[in-house]
Amino acid sequence: MRLKLRKLMDHALTAGGYLAIGGMALFLLWVLVPVFTKGFGAYVFRGTVEHRRMMLGEFNRGDLARLRAELAEVWRAREPVYRAVAAFERELDAMPAARRKALRSAFREVREGVAVLLGPEPGVPLPALTRRLYGQTRWEQAREKAADILFEETWEYSDAGSRRVLVPRAEQFEGTALAPVFDSVERDLAAMMRPRLTVYPRFLTDRSIDAHFFGGIGPEVLGTLYLSLGAMLVAVPLGIVAAVYFQEYAKEGPSVAFLRSCVNTLAGVPSVVFGLFGLAFFINTLRVSPGKSVLAGALTLALLVLPTVIRASEEAIAAVPRAFKEGAMALGAGRFRTVATVILPAALPGILTGIVISMGRAAGETAPIIFTAAVSVGQMVKPSEVLSQPTPALSWNLYNLCTEHEAVEELRHVQFGMAATLVLIVLALNLAAILLRARVARRLKG
Amino acid sequence: MNEEAKREGVHLEARGFSVFYGAHEAVCKVDVSVPCGLVTAIIGPSGCGKSTFLRAINRMNDLIPGCRAAGELLFDGQNVYGPEVDAAVLRRRVGMVFQKPNPFPKSIYDNVAYGPRLHDRCKRGELDAIVEESLVNAALWDEVKDRLHMNALGLSGGQAQRLCLARALAVKPEILLMDEPTSALDPKATARIEELIVQLRGRYTIAIVTHNMQQAARVSDRTAFFYEGNLVEFDATETLFTRPREKQTEDYITGRFG
Repeated sequence: MRLKLRKLMDHALTAGGYLAIGGMALFLLWVLVPVFTKGFGAYVFRGTVEHRRMMLGEFNRGDLARLRAELAEVWRAREPVYRAVAAFERELDAMPAARRKALRSAFREVREGVAVLLGPEPGVPLPALTRRLYGQTRWEQAREKAADILFEETWEYSDAGSRRVLVPRAEQFEGTALAPVFDSVERDLAAMMRPRLTVYPRFLTDRSIDAHFFGGIGPEVLGTLYLSLGAMLVAVPLGIVAAVYFQEYAKEGPSVAFLRSCVNTLAGVPSVVFGLFGLAFFINTLRVSPGKSVLAGALTLALLVLPTVIRASEEAIAAVPRAFKEGAMALGAGRFRTVATVILPAALPGILTGIVISMGRAAGETAPIIFTAAVSVGQMVKPSEVLSQPTPALSWNLYNLCTEHEAVEELRHVQFGMAATLVLIVLALNLAAILLRARVARRLKG
Repeated sequence: MNEEAKREGVHLEARGFSVFYGAHEAVCKVDVSVPCGLVTAIIGPSGCGKSTFLRAINRMNDLIPGCRAAGELLFDGQNVYGPEVDAAVLRRRVGMVFQKPNPFPKSIYDNVAYGPRLHDRCKRGELDAIVEESLVNAALWDEVKDRLHMNALGLSGGQAQRLCLARALAVKPEILLMDEPTSALDPKATARIEELIVQLRGRYTIAIVTHNMQQAARVSDRTAFFYEGNLVEFDATETLFTRPREKQTEDYITGRFG
């Protein structure tokens, strides 16, 4: 009976383990698959002729002659639209006042819709905002904007609630000079936009144009790299020295116990508190920089990951066989030489793992850098400016772009692109940790 | 103490020497004289303090918190536990081979060169010579001369132990301490180590702790029998094994306990 019970408990434990791991994997897939598939869309998508026009205009990339030829083609499809708009404008002036009033605002919407879809009308003065200089650069968004021209969105209210209804504008403008616009947009959209499969790997490194309406996420990627590498530059030496002290030098006693509990507490402090501390200490008290800066952010992140680095290094050092230490000591090595020549090299795989995992953490942290380093819109920070300049960073700008940008809906591809890039950077770091560890461990084993 | 020891000179002498772990006295007021150039075996049942005594000689016990020594332990007439003694310098003169082979996770060459590199700024050629000489003395040279830069963790147990011996010899110590150097090895590897001890006899003063009484009888000139922290008997090996003075010694060497 008791044997049966024990077996049952064993099975229950195994099943529980599988359940937990399986659940975690499923959850991860559930989150990561959309992030990657949609994020992929920032790099590979159906780009319209407007994308190519923008690339040439803003980044000076592409073939001018070919673009000219393409624009001539496109013009043939777009011309009827512009002609109809101009004709209707004249017709509108000639209309009776009541009818004119009824149609005018709808006409304005159509005209605005055309400008958004195709870019500025030829002949009108160029708009001031870069985002209005070009039409829709992505095919799926072009189709959405085309629908805005074709249909008027109204709401139908009833006791059951409200319902969105799309009313075709073609009915409203039937018989007028504007009618051909709807036919053309519906029929010739592809000819007007010329969508083509576009691979845009430089999304990763391009600067953003007009607050991410166009361009890439280069400044954010660069900022994230600066911050996480900077944090490691500070945290790794400090962490290793602290770990060596705890493991090799400290004599167990109340003061060491106190220091240890300090490190553990540090590991449990919410990251937003680190952010506030960084602002208060590094910027306001020490004045490492006049305001937010990469330096202040890196220092704050270094504090945040310090406990992880210390713990990982301590564990790695503790796992070094005592025999190595005794062997070195017996040959007349002092404590420092023993640590430097035998213990640290043997502990290196574990320490490296801790470092890279901490780096992944530093790359993803948001709260500490809001107060100390991050700006929502910014240019690439040059290496010479890291001591004084703030920087955009993937984690913070992802949040900012999803919540505070004026066109949250239109920039989904950038948001997912940023998320996927951030996850990829962290995954790549973890992969690097695994490979590095295996490599170093192999070297040590012989 | 017999006449021979006096004639050959005493290299290491304990006078009322004790080692404590906290309040526990692991070695109690021991008097031993280790003669120069000979092999002295220390035998006794587990927990008798023989290893503690050996590790006290090069102050390896310093690493153990709560461990302290009392009395005198004279090495070339100087107290090992004197205030002016630097343990690192002492350990350079007193080499040690441990129970389990403990080569560093480095190449064979770097293992042997570790000690010399610590202490002197040798030129490359000198270092090569020291490494070769030490490996030859440890009877390992022929086996590893073609793979000096291979990781030492790839060696067999017996080879690794001989590497550790070479590593200790490379520092050119005066005394060689061996803490049950063959207990982790198979009989063949054990025989090679024993052979080496016999070869090294005369060039180094050797103190070896062993569980194996045949080994003590085979390789040593003097044998000390420890029991519960006390030195029960210390005499020429032949005398101790054939005509022990103490009842306890006789009981132990005849296998009545231990």
